[in-house]
Amino acid sequence: MKILLSIFFTLVAASTAFAKPTLTVYAPDYFTSEWGPGPKIKQAFEKICDCDLFYVSGDLMPRLMIEGKRTKADVVIGLNTDVTFKARKLGIFEAHEQDTSSLSIPIKWDDKIFLPFDWSHTAFIYDNTKLKNPPKSFNELLNSKDDIKVIIQDPRTSISGLALVLWVKSIYGSKSEEAFTKLASKVLTVTKGWSESYGMFTQGEADMVLSYTTSPAYHIIAENDKSKSAAIFSEGHYFFTELAAMTNSSKEPELAKEFMSFILSETFQRMIPTGNWSFPSKLDRNKLPDEFVNLPMPKKVLFYTEEEAQKYRDIVIQEWLTAFQK
Amino acid sequence: MVASFLVAVTVGTLIAVICRIEGFSGLTWNEWTAIRFTFFQSFVSAAVSVLLAIPVSRAFFRQDFIGRNILITLLGAPFILPVIVAILGLILVFGSKGILSQLMGFSAFSIYGVHGVILAHVFFNLPLATRLLLQGWGSIPSEQFRLGQSLSFSPFNFFMHLELPMLCRVIPGVFLIIFLICTTSFAVALTLGGGPKATTVELAIYQAFRFDFNLSRVAILSIIQLLMCGLIAVLSIWIAFPAHYEGGLDRVRPIATTGKILDFICITCATIFLILPLAMILIRGSGGLFLLPQSVMFSALRSILVALAATGLATIMTLYLASLIVYSSKVYEIFGYLPIAASPLVLGTGLYIIFYNWIDPGKIALPSAIVINAMMCIPFSLRIITPAFRDLENSFGRLANSLNLVGWSRFRWLIWPRLKGPIGFSAGLSVALSMGDLGVIVLFSNPNHSTLPMEIYRLMTAYRMDEAFGAALLLLMLSISLFWIFDKGGRINAIT
Amino acid sequence: MLSLKSVEYSVGEFKLKADFEIPRLAKVALIGPSGAGKSTLFSLISGFLKPKSGSIFIDNEDVTTKLSNQRRVTTIFQDGNLFPHLTVKRNISLGLRPDLRLNSEQQGVLDYAIDRVGLTDLVDRKPGSLSGGQQSRVSLARALVRDCPLLLLDEPFSALGPSLKSDMIELVDQISNEKKLTVLFVTHDPEDAKKICDLSIIVSSGCVSSPMATKELFENPPEILRDYL
Repeated sequence: MKILLSIFFTLVAASTAFAKPTLTVYAPDYFTSEWGPGPKIKQAFEKICDCDLFYVSGDLMPRLMIEGKRTKADVVIGLNTDVTFKARKLGIFEAHEQDTSSLSIPIKWDDKIFLPFDWSHTAFIYDNTKLKNPPKSFNELLNSKDDIKVIIQDPRTSISGLALVLWVKSIYGSKSEEAFTKLASKVLTVTKGWSESYGMFTQGEADMVLSYTTSPAYHIIAENDKSKSAAIFSEGHYFFTELAAMTNSSKEPELAKEFMSFILSETFQRMIPTGNWSFPSKLDRNKLPDEFVNLPMPKKVLFYTEEEAQKYRDIVIQEWLTAFQK
Repeated sequence: MVASFLVAVTVGTLIAVICRIEGFSGLTWNEWTAIRFTFFQSFVSAAVSVLLAIPVSRAFFRQDFIGRNILITLLGAPFILPVIVAILGLILVFGSKGILSQLMGFSAFSIYGVHGVILAHVFFNLPLATRLLLQGWGSIPSEQFRLGQSLSFSPFNFFMHLELPMLCRVIPGVFLIIFLICTTSFAVALTLGGGPKATTVELAIYQAFRFDFNLSRVAILSIIQLLMCGLIAVLSIWIAFPAHYEGGLDRVRPIATTGKILDFICITCATIFLILPLAMILIRGSGGLFLLPQSVMFSALRSILVALAATGLATIMTLYLASLIVYSSKVYEIFGYLPIAASPLVLGTGLYIIFYNWIDPGKIALPSAIVINAMMCIPFSLRIITPAFRDLENSFGRLANSLNLVGWSRFRWLIWPRLKGPIGFSAGLSVALSMGDLGVIVLFSNPNHSTLPMEIYRLMTAYRMDEAFGAALLLLMLSISLFWIFDKGGRINAIT
Repeated sequence: MLSLKSVEYSVGEFKLKADFEIPRLAKVALIGPSGAGKSTLFSLISGFLKPKSGSIFIDNEDVTTKLSNQRRVTTIFQDGNLFPHLTVKRNISLGLRPDLRLNSEQQGVLDYAIDRVGLTDLVDRKPGSLSGGQQSRVSLARALVRDCPLLLLDEPFSALGPSLKSDMIELVDQISNEKKLTVLFVTHDPEDAKKICDLSIIVSSGCVSSPMATKELFENPPEILRDYL
């Protein structure tokens, strides 16, 4: 009996010694879904880290706000600049210690805590077989005499919607309310999220939909459909990036750091274009798929820092509401 | 006991969220607009749904034809659709490029506006109203119709003496439940309302939660929503006149001989209105159906299991609560309506806050979904079962008491046989609602244990619209089949 | 067998007072004009209403606070005596055991009762397909199988024709003799009273008389009864 027990305990001890450490990553639902980049990233990382990567999906910010310092996350991926202000105030993140000097994003990035892993711009997508003369600038869209119908998302419930109103603000500054009023007359409807809008657009319900400059890549690559294009505006487009960070309460800080550097590795970055349908944050242009390289791109990129975004957010949403509720 | 459980979960989760309140600075003008709008569209939607349901259910009651029962089941479909599927279906028909516009040749009718919201709500709720009223009609003992016929009642006489009293009794409850449903709907309201003029309180809660991460605001708005719904609930329960019918002997219901044409027109119109969007989804999604990967099938299976479990739980709790209402006091009905008034978002968040310290929320995702889905179904089940239960008690209670038919025997020999029909219907409804429900999962989602509605959203966010429509079609087919199985099962050898 | 001591009941303007005793094995008719309070009195005795004051004893047991299912009475109502969704057999069996699980002894009792009232061929039918007379017999069969010493009937045969009614009342008489039951029979037809009830109680405007010999009552009707007749 004693021998049996001791063998048992040795085995238990051995198994814990040999058990792989776990890296807990909080990510949004679209990331961890089997059609997102998550599963492939998990596979690739587990090969090199000798560990188990465990995703926790669901809404990031509410979760982090509730858990605070007691969060079980080692890494959080999928935040964007419009929420980092609040996220930073939680005080749960740690410096990523990665070199951000040579990222392939159109703006300079020196944030020590949040690391971009992909990016795109907001843009209106249209069907190029139906709309032959798309507007070439935001002004043209707003002042167009044609009956162009647009679907947008609500800035109060959707990240892309919020990006839109910040985009308008960054172009028009103090005249943004006027711009919103003009936009309102073009808008067919406002949806809660991106999915409903895009679904309605692909049904042919509207001429244009608020989405991203990289959206057409999906149709070209996955569906062999070249009919969708992004309307490029001369005033510029709003830069949109997604970020990752590691927590300071992590039980696996080494592993977390390893993951953060993995994010900027070529293996990870190569998975982004066709995994997430966006531009990778650190990948040479010649390593991108051709279809991505050939996408029409804006000449000018507009962007608010997180302080500015926080400052303008409530104001601009209110302006939008006022204009749209007339 | 059930009542206390409902209160505990609803209020408990609310309190968990309230504990995060950091200060109350009054309601903004936007929020007041939202409250006003919510009230207005819920009221009008409920009123229109009920008014339209009267002639339609009457027509169904009076006429008999091949396929009647299947049509009745099918007409229940819109109610059980997941919101996003239904919205897309409606747009396929009524949108600017929808069938209606193509038929009419021009897109003069824009669905986007307050009228669109009401249209959508009527689309969702007309089936429920019709079924509930049909139940009401069935509760008039057939002997009374016989009596009327023997007295040469004109259709107007029938209406005044038999049908109107029944309507007065049943309508407040039906109105109430549809009002509550419309109050908490927001994706529909926003998308079809055309813009932020159509903001509801639920949307404000959603915004406060996911975007501002302001739990204080969430709590405050939820309380307001709860109060608003509670007020209407109390009013309706108070107003409902309890008509008293002596129990008949279940003789066969008479088929009406006059007014046939009008009846059939009603039935046809209702059918077209309700079936057309579904047909569109069928057409749109059939291509994508065969592209679906195995993982979607697994999540479909998971959805079915969760839905069945939730239904079982909901039915038991409803029966218990209904018996409390009938045998003790009308007051208990309010407890039954609590879950609708509470936003699933708050319920989910509250549970999360309560549990996350002890258990990894991912593990209790499915059990939580079962419990919360069950709770969300209780108000509907209650609305279906309580009137039937009450009638039962009025007609046969005295007899049962005199024979000492109490406890389990009473259930087995009196309650169950006579309530099989309503129970089947409400179980069917619960199963279908649970299948399409997305509410709770938001915070608790586990990437490996997803449900079918979630997969639909995931496909959509990954640009895969065709497959998303295919999955939506799958969801639709499964929901309707399950609904039909329970509903039909309840109607075998049942009374109504 | 049955005694009401200073029982009082009131609802709205209506008041009922009763204080009387009925001996064992008696067959008592409860007569009076409609609205007098017969049904109220009936409900008080059978346990569907509670008196405001006073007490009720059945077989020397104080049942004032007991519910109808706890009193040893068998009640037959004017209508609604049968469950439409249960067969004749099951309707009768409910008199033996509410859960319908009969042992062989009870089965025997059941068979006897069915035979006694002449319903053997109809046991599997449902009440909706029976005639009025047949339905009455089902109720009586149930009374037969129950083990309660007091039988209360509230105008149970008022819908039947005269000869059929007569047969039913005859049946009640036989059954109550066989099972040694005490019977309280609410009726508005004095002929019914005369047939089998040796005692009668008059109820009028909430006043309940003591049981009086039926024969004498009808030979020399008091004022109230005279108006009624």
